[in-house]
Amino acid sequence: MPIPKKYKTTASRFVSFLTISLLIACGSTKKWNNTVIDGKKIAITDHYTPVPEIESFIKPYREHINKDLDSVLAYCPETLDKSNSINGWQTTIGNLMADVTFQYADKALMARENRHVNVCLLNHGGIRAIISKGNVTTRTAFEIMPFENSTVVIALKGEQLMEIARYLAKEKKPHPLSGMEVHLSRDGAVTSVSVQGEPVEPEKIYNVATSDYLANGGDEMTFFAKGVATYDLDYKLRNLMIDYFKDIDTLPVTRTERIIQDK
Amino acid sequence: MKRRDFITKSAAGSALIMGGMSLQSFKAPEKQTITILHTNDVHSHIDPFPADDARNPNMGGAARRATLIEQIRHEQGEDGVLLLDAGDVFQGTPYFNYYGGELEFRLMSMMKYDIATMGNHDFDNGIDGFLAQLPHASFPFVSANYDFKNTVLNGIVEPYKIFTKRGLKIGVFGLGIELNGLVDKKLYKETIYHNPIEVAQDMSRTLKEDKKCDLVICLSHIGFDYKNDNQRVSDILLAKNTKNIDLIIGGHTHTFLPKPHIEKNLDGQEVMINQVGCYGLNLGRIDFTFEYGKKSSESRLLRVE
Repeated sequence: MPIPKKYKTTASRFVSFLTISLLIACGSTKKWNNTVIDGKKIAITDHYTPVPEIESFIKPYREHINKDLDSVLAYCPETLDKSNSINGWQTTIGNLMADVTFQYADKALMARENRHVNVCLLNHGGIRAIISKGNVTTRTAFEIMPFENSTVVIALKGEQLMEIARYLAKEKKPHPLSGMEVHLSRDGAVTSVSVQGEPVEPEKIYNVATSDYLANGGDEMTFFAKGVATYDLDYKLRNLMIDYFKDIDTLPVTRTERIIQDK
Repeated sequence: MKRRDFITKSAAGSALIMGGMSLQSFKAPEKQTITILHTNDVHSHIDPFPADDARNPNMGGAARRATLIEQIRHEQGEDGVLLLDAGDVFQGTPYFNYYGGELEFRLMSMMKYDIATMGNHDFDNGIDGFLAQLPHASFPFVSANYDFKNTVLNGIVEPYKIFTKRGLKIGVFGLGIELNGLVDKKLYKETIYHNPIEVAQDMSRTLKEDKKCDLVICLSHIGFDYKNDNQRVSDILLAKNTKNIDLIIGGHTHTFLPKPHIEKNLDGQEVMINQVGCYGLNLGRIDFTFEYGKKSSESRLLRVE
């Protein structure tokens, strides 16, 4: 209790005595007590006029970004949408992303390690938007890939490629795949797996390009943990797509099947 | 200091008025309010959503939030307001990709945020990327269950901070989510995660009993509730398994609570939990009314709208 320690006069002594008496009479040793808590949320709507200083502070940042994001890099001849599958096992946007990642990861791995990429596997869930027919911009790349995932190459034995094939058969999702072809029976069992047209050999090493998210076991892709080597390309998947958009004029609409099921 | 002044004055006042020492003369306790404002998971949403947005048309925006905060500060008084963020300031719009969080921190500083805790996405440019942006933040980050001892954040991100507002001590400690499996190890490096409930039990005791805080606030990024996994640590479990926490401000699960949630703690006392969704669409507001001389045994009233 913050009672003044020095009692200079009788009057102040009396005041102190009263203070103590009152606090005791009150039955409380605390001075302030929390008696009510009121809680709510307030929606931020256009009812609130922006603070001009903040608005003008943001402006140059916004203008710089918009200029950069909206500059046209390429043209897309038809809408690429992950919800329109080709026979249930691939999509035009998935094929594009897997083929491009394969090609650009291969270029990077060749330059750094003098090795080729053999397969690229991404995840269907990682495609976050459509690519609309029309102009393709940097913003397109941000929309389809808002995450900061980077490209890694994992060296896997052939037996793990067989695991990938069984994973895909079980998932029944059009996960983006490139460089590898999986054949399934009518009832969905893996019948054959080939890489660049050659049957997979169990002991041979294959370089599989993917995202760091999947390489670390995301989407239950546990086979990547069995990799015998990892090459971290330090190359964001989004930047890879932006580089590709800069390099070409018109996006291809690729319908080739990579997972083929008997009918 | 204010508190002491007040006691001296009121005692002197009573001495003048009172003939006999009647208890009546000492009713009508004085009141004061501490207002807690909070956001969570703003995820670099600096601009409002466009008018044609399918989900949140014309909602949010940092410059509008600033207006609302200014209004409340004006109405409640600067010294009675604390502004908090429960993490995931970073990641979600190109502002982050282009500027690495600089603009987010600068704007929060302009709005005079008092304190924040770290969300998993605040590690997205690595622990070094976070540190690099800290000079743009005029407010501290707290985390009690991340041990940063062997990282660059050692001694920079502390477990808690105590504010004194209107003579009242307000202790705020931070809690973060398990990083393993959620964030790449190369981003969080040697950060060690400790069980939030054990840490919170310890923190709340320290702040309430040792540091004599009048209010203890947990700034959490562990998530509100995991319905599919009721063993997984969440704000609900945290509230049930601790005591001495007055308010939990949550984040991570992007939960749009229709109104603040009330849960019973270990002592059977009510704890308020609030989380306001994400993307700066809402501002949470919790007002704590303090009354002078009221019996501490009297149960307090929690009201939500």
